[in-house]
Amino acid sequence: MLNLRHKYVFLLPGLLVLLAIILFPLLFTIRVSFSSWDVVMPGLDWFGGRNYTRMWADGRFWEAMQRLVMVAVSSVALQYVLGFSLALLVWRNIRMKRFFRVLFLVPMMTTPVIMTVIWRTIFHESLGPLNNFIEMLGLPAVPWLSTASTAVISLVIVEVWQWTPFMFLLLLAGLLSLPREPFQAAAIDGAGPVRTFFNVTMPLMAPISIGALIIRLIEASKIMETVYVLTAGGPGTATETASYYIYIRGLREFQIGYAAALSVTYLVLMIIALTIIAKILARIMILKD
Amino acid sequence: MRKMLITTALVALMAPSMVMAKDYSKYGIDKDVAGLCSYEAIDAKDYSGRTLSIITHAVPVMGEPTALHAKQFGELTGAKVKVVHVPFGDLFQRIMIPFQTGQSAYDVMFYGSLWIGDFNRYLAPVPEKYRNSKAMKLVTPNYIDVATLGKQMIQYPIDGDRHYLKYRRDVLENADLKKKFKDKTGRELQVPATWEEYDEIAAFFNGWDWDGDGEKNYGSAEVVKRDDLMFSAFISRVAGYAKHPDVKGGFFFDLETMTPLVNSPGWVRGLEMFIKAQRFMPPGGNNFGLGDEIFSFGGGQTLFSYSWDDAFIQAMEKKSRIRNKVMAAPLPGSHEVWNRKTGKWDHFDTPNRAPYITWGWTSAVAASSKNKDMAFDYLCFFSNQANTPHDLQIGRFGVNPYRSNHFDPAFWTEKLGWDAKVADSYVKTLSGMDDSKNRVFDLRVPGVGQFMSSLAAGVSEAMAGQKTAQEALDGVAREWSRIVERIGKERVRDAYANVVALEDNLR
Repeated sequence: MLNLRHKYVFLLPGLLVLLAIILFPLLFTIRVSFSSWDVVMPGLDWFGGRNYTRMWADGRFWEAMQRLVMVAVSSVALQYVLGFSLALLVWRNIRMKRFFRVLFLVPMMTTPVIMTVIWRTIFHESLGPLNNFIEMLGLPAVPWLSTASTAVISLVIVEVWQWTPFMFLLLLAGLLSLPREPFQAAAIDGAGPVRTFFNVTMPLMAPISIGALIIRLIEASKIMETVYVLTAGGPGTATETASYYIYIRGLREFQIGYAAALSVTYLVLMIIALTIIAKILARIMILKD
Repeated sequence: MRKMLITTALVALMAPSMVMAKDYSKYGIDKDVAGLCSYEAIDAKDYSGRTLSIITHAVPVMGEPTALHAKQFGELTGAKVKVVHVPFGDLFQRIMIPFQTGQSAYDVMFYGSLWIGDFNRYLAPVPEKYRNSKAMKLVTPNYIDVATLGKQMIQYPIDGDRHYLKYRRDVLENADLKKKFKDKTGRELQVPATWEEYDEIAAFFNGWDWDGDGEKNYGSAEVVKRDDLMFSAFISRVAGYAKHPDVKGGFFFDLETMTPLVNSPGWVRGLEMFIKAQRFMPPGGNNFGLGDEIFSFGGGQTLFSYSWDDAFIQAMEKKSRIRNKVMAAPLPGSHEVWNRKTGKWDHFDTPNRAPYITWGWTSAVAASSKNKDMAFDYLCFFSNQANTPHDLQIGRFGVNPYRSNHFDPAFWTEKLGWDAKVADSYVKTLSGMDDSKNRVFDLRVPGVGQFMSSLAAGVSEAMAGQKTAQEALDGVAREWSRIVERIGKERVRDAYANVVALEDNLR
């Protein structure tokens, strides 16, 4: 009993700091979401649930949420496929393995805002190098950022380029930690590389894959700076994601109370969605095994 | 003896001026100019042991001159000067949050002048001695108006901004090209006086190599990217159609009822023209932000452009391949102007032009500052008559003409080597806006960020083809009504009355 009490006493300072860091901003945001804090009404008055009522009728927010789901899911799926492929490539004994491992990590080590500025220059339709290259091949120039569909594709390309290395890193770590015996057993049983991959590698990698996908989905759902620099949400509202919309409402328009309500709702929806996704992934990838 | 007495007297008389003639050229200026905040006057002050906090834009635009003059001010007075640089997207909230939470975070702020409607209650009025200074007396009426709310000057003028037309002189004055244009259209090629003429000329010169450099050229570079100052470009496009010189009482709202006018036929026509203009822009031009517009026109890609000074200055840089091949002119206007009193389009034989005195950089001192004396001295020093000519010559500083003595063509020809005709067009265009009686100012009311953000979103939807011009602006009008309701009709009206007073020349 005394030991238990000692444990709590020693844990308390850390717990209090943790609570202060995590809990206070969250509780404060919830409180702000019930205020009318904006550019003319500073402070925490009581505004009831009017920010939430307004949010239900705010079509732009819900459209931005749908767009976010589309961008996040498609970019993370592509990152997973590419990251896994690259990890498998350098997992094997190939030449210059170490060089490639470092090379594949470079995009993740760059600053997202700076890289997005560079990507914007690459995508620049009249002055950028990408269209020059495409035209050299005899193909027509692509309006990368000026039509709705291509702007979304451009956004996904930048996201995939920037974050595939993260997926690669986690999956490579997973591959390197796998036991050798199941692979030896599969080889003795005469399984080819494809069968080994689907029946041995994939099931063994399921827990780490789920972790990597969830971490990336959480990060991808916060996509803001790429949108801000690349398209500013346009053309029209074609690339306006939820977090960019919240930024506009909160920091550009200074509707702090309303932006807090949007943030709280967004957080709740994300927790629910990601919990469901994690359960589905676990069922597909682990229970099947 | 007599000779000696005279010499002594002369030396005695000259002594003060010899002391005055201290050399400050190490600060990069030509010479000090006597005045309230000259180098000499500021040098005589002692702010040792005191700290001045300044928030400004990121380097270089406005951030660089802020830091430069802060360093000089510190060296001259002994003050410690801290400068915080913030990207434009964060500047508003970085200033507003300390204001709202009662912190005295900054003594001096540099920001966009249109935020006066939100910031005014936190700003210190400019004291009389600065308002009556020689340098301030030279500030043109437009920029005194921009700095003033009601009858009180609360912003310190340090820059002058406006939108105007920039065009390629080498094209519009080229005999072969003039002939080609006339053969095709039956009309003379001349500087466009209306947006219809602008579009017609831009369409003709779009998509072919008219300057013979082996690259395709295009008609028009405009600021179209949403949330990248596009709302200002749109207001320029609309002003000629919707700002009727004989209809008073509001351009953005009907002041009496506070009904948004943003979906009236004049505004819709402006948006339709803006949408159409996308055909004459370079590839990707419908995603051009201000930086793209500057490099597109300034780099010689397009025939026309309109917005702030930057693209013109870029084109006139010493290494520019189109240096002295550009000219400035007033924004185009319209023969047809919407009259909201009669509900009809009125015809004007001479196109109606409505110069847009768009927002630009301004500065102010916080009412909560404990260093107001030092803060105003800093701003007065920043904009003294030795520093301003220096800053005007450096394009990246973002300081543009705002005093009557800046409109002397000789300054631009002698200091910057501009061609006399170019300099003449530049100063005449800029100074001519001060003479207009049909000006448009920004919507300087509380919540201007909300109004302009929703306007940009609506216009952007129409530009992207998601909605028609009328549908998009109807949506903006509904949003504006909701914003007015949230902020308070009377509060918005009171602030808007000050804008209308400027536009209707009631002062």
